[in-house]
Amino acid sequence: MLLLILACGGTPAPSGGATASTQTDVGKVEFLSSQGQAVNEAEGMRKQVLAGFNGTTDFNTSLTGAQMVPKLLAEHQASKVDIDLVGDIHGDMVPLQAAGALQDLTPLLEKLQKDRKFNSQLVAYGKMGTQKQYYIPWLQATYMMVVNKKALQYLPKGADVSGLTYDQLAQWGENMLKGTGEKKIGIPAATGSRGGLLSRFLQGYVYPSYTGGEVTGFKSPEAVQAWQMVKRLWAVTNPQSTNYGFMQEPLQSGEVWVAWDHQARLIDALKNLPDQFQAVPAPSGPKGLGFMSVVAGLAIPVGAPNQKGAEALIDYLTRPDKQKKTTAVVGFFPVLSDVSVSGKDAPPGVGVEAEAAIKQTNAKKALPALLPVGLGAKDGEFSKTYFDTFTRIALHNEDIQTVLSDEAKLLQALLDTAKAHCWPPDPPSTGTCQVK
Amino acid sequence: MSGQVEAPALREAAGRPRRAVRFSRRQLEPYALLAPAAIFMTLFFAWPAVQTLLIAFQKANGSWTLDNFGAMARDTDFRLALRNTLLVLVLIIPIETTIALLMAVLAQSRLFGRDVMLYIWSIPLAVSDLAAGLVWFSIFTSHGYLNSVLQDLHLIAHPVGFLDYNNLGGLVTAIVLAEVWRSMSLVMVIIMSGIQAIPPELDEAAESLGAGAWQRFWKVTLPLLKPTLQVALILRTTTAFQVFGVVLALAGSALPVLAVKSESWVTEYRNYQLAATYAILILVLSSLSTVGYLLFLRTPREVFQR
Repeated sequence: MLLLILACGGTPAPSGGATASTQTDVGKVEFLSSQGQAVNEAEGMRKQVLAGFNGTTDFNTSLTGAQMVPKLLAEHQASKVDIDLVGDIHGDMVPLQAAGALQDLTPLLEKLQKDRKFNSQLVAYGKMGTQKQYYIPWLQATYMMVVNKKALQYLPKGADVSGLTYDQLAQWGENMLKGTGEKKIGIPAATGSRGGLLSRFLQGYVYPSYTGGEVTGFKSPEAVQAWQMVKRLWAVTNPQSTNYGFMQEPLQSGEVWVAWDHQARLIDALKNLPDQFQAVPAPSGPKGLGFMSVVAGLAIPVGAPNQKGAEALIDYLTRPDKQKKTTAVVGFFPVLSDVSVSGKDAPPGVGVEAEAAIKQTNAKKALPALLPVGLGAKDGEFSKTYFDTFTRIALHNEDIQTVLSDEAKLLQALLDTAKAHCWPPDPPSTGTCQVK
Repeated sequence: MSGQVEAPALREAAGRPRRAVRFSRRQLEPYALLAPAAIFMTLFFAWPAVQTLLIAFQKANGSWTLDNFGAMARDTDFRLALRNTLLVLVLIIPIETTIALLMAVLAQSRLFGRDVMLYIWSIPLAVSDLAAGLVWFSIFTSHGYLNSVLQDLHLIAHPVGFLDYNNLGGLVTAIVLAEVWRSMSLVMVIIMSGIQAIPPELDEAAESLGAGAWQRFWKVTLPLLKPTLQVALILRTTTAFQVFGVVLALAGSALPVLAVKSESWVTEYRNYQLAATYAILILVLSSLSTVGYLLFLRTPREVFQR
């Protein structure tokens, strides 16, 4: 069972590791990261986390993950690498690893594991289906809901806000519409570079909760049921949701009272107005509570100019005290199983989110889903299929079964091109994953 | 006549090689001055454009194909994106050209406060399209300034969803307003330079012959402005085909347009072939519109000979 392990109540480990080999200056490390892009996050990383490093770091967050991958691939192809350390999510590491652009970090991991306990599931992700360690886990996160307390009075009778079903969520939206005259549920359905994560909501939450998997049941009768629910939910969802990238914004402005999103895109609401908002687990469906985890890792490109510096920086960033600092700055969770982020001394907002994430992970019918695995460069188009399905069914009101049959063909073509096997929670496949 | 002058000059040049060098250096001077811009444009504009053109006809593995155009035509919302792009364009261009023309004529007059007016009008010139979109978003969003004012005045009970996904009229109005606001001053600057190039004697002559202000504008200024208007229209129509930031900020995924589609295929879906195919479609449409303007707004040669 894959579980997002969020340690709670663990004792803080002493700062500084045995592997913090030298105090000598390791020189300048070019650190390209897709995480911590917001100005205040980047500034926090530089001033609060990286300031004590025994070298200088150029913490560069000018590129998104989607922009970083082609840059790194081009540098690799031209054998002109000027990046020492890459901080990016699992999905972006896949094409880099496939192109042979990432170093084997197994010896470094073994050295680090002597004095710190990495979450073993996250370490396994970093192997990317091989025996070698291609990235060291850096941060982890999940998606959840944040609720304005004003909305609680409209909860359906008998519903528990921390254990909602999708039907209850839709009912809640209907009650709020009746009570306030406004559609108060929000989902991040914007597109382009300001894009929202709606496709993750469909892949990792709705589909597993209704069909038990992400892919195989794409056009099944259960999927039809799921889309009927989505239509019902969309009818009470703020019609400006097609413009929402980060849900913390409409939550704080009051346009929306109940929103699903990535924890880092919700945290400002919890940080800025802690008395007004609470974090709750995502809803569940007939097959369980489907949810998705995000892992960001640290990798060293093949041919990195400052190898020693990059290794020292990985060591530094995965020390327990630095993990805790990073958590407070970027709103993710740590990857060490003995670092606690809940409880009294938790950073603002993060503690509340950690509690919701623990409830989500420990729910009786928890159904952890992985970000798409093995799709390589087709990952983006894979997500597009879910987004387009939503566009056609919810926005254009097309027939559910017709749309699912059409889009299933596109989905299958993508799986065939990438020769991707099924990944959890879909049952394992012997060959390419097949939509049934 | 000219042959008689040229022949001895050539002989002279042949007899004195140093003068010949100086002559050709002077000839080369304009090219040398143009070279930095030409190199810059070739490296950062022409070369990527050629590459884009090639990618549009290639598969991911580099082999040649025409499939990308079929895939684009089958892409969800392709027709909507094409329709929306054209819809926004046919609204923006006439509105902003008319307003800019009016502004340019007003700016030429000796009205009180003309300098302040010019100063205010040129502010949008400095605003990027995405920033302009975000400014107008804060006005039109359901908890934005416009709804707040309307609610404070008790004109509405609940916020109006100007930017709702199913409110095509609201979305298009907001986009056209934002885009016109952003770019009309650019058109005004171009037209103003055109008006200033018209000899004032023509206007004065028309006036002394008894033409009224409207007649002078319609019969003298406007026909002489045709070449300038052509430039302004070509420039703005090609950029309107690329309308992007304003749409992204105001409509998100609710109103697909070609440029946003192209960007999504790069940043979100990472399919450079399809992104390039969309870019080529935009290029073809812009080129067609340019040819159209060149044909329909052709200025007869005699206008310049007068």
